[in-house]
Amino acid sequence: MTASPDMASPDPQSDTVWVERESLIDRIPRWVAMLALAVIVITIWDLVTTRTGWISPIILPSPGETLDDLIFVGHNLITGGYMLEALWTTTRTVFWAFLIAIAIGFSLGVLVGETKFGERAVMPYLVAIDTMPKVAFAPLFIAWLGFDISSKVALAAFIATFPIVVSTAAGLYSASENERLLFKSIGATRWQTLTRLKLPTGLPQIFTGLKIAAVGVMAGAITGEFLGGGQGFGALIRQSASTLDTPRVFALILYLSLLGLALFFSVAWLQRRLVFWNKSDRLGGVM
Amino acid sequence: MTMAEPRPLTPTPVAQKRPVYEIARLSKTYARNRLTALTDVNLTLYKGEFVSVVGSSGCGKSTLLKIMSGLMPPTTGRVVLEGTPVTGNRSDIGMMFQQATLLPWKTTIENIVLPIEIREGRAAARAARPRAHELLQLVGLGDFANVYPGELSGGMAQRASICRMLISDPAVLLLDEPFSALDELTRDFMNMELQRICAERQATAFLVTHSLAEAVILSDRILVMKPRPGRVVEEIVIDLPRPRTLEMINTPYFGEIVAHIRDLLGKEAHE
Ligand SMILES: Nc1ncnc2c1ncn2[C@@H]1O[C@H](COP(=O)(O)OP(=O)(O)O)[C@@H](O)[C@H]1O
Ligand SMILES: [Mg+2]
Repeated sequence: MTASPDMASPDPQSDTVWVERESLIDRIPRWVAMLALAVIVITIWDLVTTRTGWISPIILPSPGETLDDLIFVGHNLITGGYMLEALWTTTRTVFWAFLIAIAIGFSLGVLVGETKFGERAVMPYLVAIDTMPKVAFAPLFIAWLGFDISSKVALAAFIATFPIVVSTAAGLYSASENERLLFKSIGATRWQTLTRLKLPTGLPQIFTGLKIAAVGVMAGAITGEFLGGGQGFGALIRQSASTLDTPRVFALILYLSLLGLALFFSVAWLQRRLVFWNKSDRLGGVM
Repeated sequence: MTMAEPRPLTPTPVAQKRPVYEIARLSKTYARNRLTALTDVNLTLYKGEFVSVVGSSGCGKSTLLKIMSGLMPPTTGRVVLEGTPVTGNRSDIGMMFQQATLLPWKTTIENIVLPIEIREGRAAARAARPRAHELLQLVGLGDFANVYPGELSGGMAQRASICRMLISDPAVLLLDEPFSALDELTRDFMNMELQRICAERQATAFLVTHSLAEAVILSDRILVMKPRPGRVVEEIVIDLPRPRTLEMINTPYFGEIVAHIRDLLGKEAHE
């Protein structure tokens, strides 16, 4: 928003007229802006690869090559080829890992958040572990559980559990002193206070943890597949990369990110339904 | 100058009424820091009476109210409401805090029947809805029953929390600086509303405030507290006719009382 005096009326007797103008970026619709950015990026991409050859195709394939591979992989996925099977394996891994992480993370989070011992003794450790690079445990999980899907599920679940524990416990602490006093004064039991005050109050934070976990579970599953082989999409990516088939790697990553997006936005959608009263943490106005 | 004994300015006119709440030789020492927050507090609330307690911050007002509401045990002393000692939370005590603390995921009316829902279950809460509607009418929120608290102004939210306090028909209302988070105009208005509601229901009310004008305009009696250790140093009977109006603030009598209390509290600052 900008405003400037209209200099067309220099007469000191007359009132100054202020003309308010919306800036250009406020006036164009969001999808136009997003599309424009995509066009710019792809044009530059095309310039530095196909047009000028500044960047070797082994490092960065051209948009055209990537599109060819996108179509090839897409066709394979639609017709139920081996890539669909790989995607299905990864999807199952992610699904089970996320479910396990939610079950364990939420239960532990409630235990930690509801007990004095948990708050004082356990929580600091959890926060410390949560900041560790947990993918470093990948070789251990493969050594323990072997090369099939279970080692990947375990690693992904392990990574995703901590943000859920920490956010659930922190969410339970977030009810204010006044709200606790209110519940005490109307004779609420501990269980009533937990289910009707602390959990609903903590939901926004719990969902923040779930979103972090959704990202972590994808990272864990793919890391597991990189290191542990097997049938998943991560193994496909690694094979293509080892033959320097960069366009294929790009195409595979794009399809893989659809899985991640689907998971993330399912969580965001659920949050919007459940935490309808809290509109403060919508993603850039999109969700 | 120190004034150890509570000394009424004039004899208590409500003495012939029925006592509702009785506190004797009450003291409280917090175990955590061995801090004596209250010592030798004695007070009696009579049916239909409005009593305020004023004092500087930290003199133990909230501590007194928490003990009176059963949220916290005293260290020594007698705390008796309607003939039964207060040992924990009770449905015949209505509480109101500085913040409205309405749950944002419940509509206004669901918030109001919350005490019923917690104590007696969801069926009883549903059955209490017509009564909640009446209370909402009483405070002028009739059209806002199904609105979420996010859409209420500060004053409206506090009016809703008045309804929540009244829904279980308490014998005594305990109010801890209920309107101090509101702007001054809203606050004057809410005080008049509170007076009307108390008069209509012949409620016994105990108000903690640090606004002297608010205390004088609303109360039959004012208890003046001093800190370290928290104690009641004087009891002042307010002899203004009812219903009270905001214009009374400008009368000389009103000014005299406010000046007197201010003087009492001011001395402690120099002690
Ligand atoms: N839970 C507590 N533990 C220890 N000391 C407390 C606690 N609550 C209040 N106090 C202390 O007791 C005194 C009275 O506090 P409070 O009753 O809140 O005063 P007021 O409401 O008059 O401002 C203060 O000095 C305060 O620091
Ligand atoms: Mg206080």
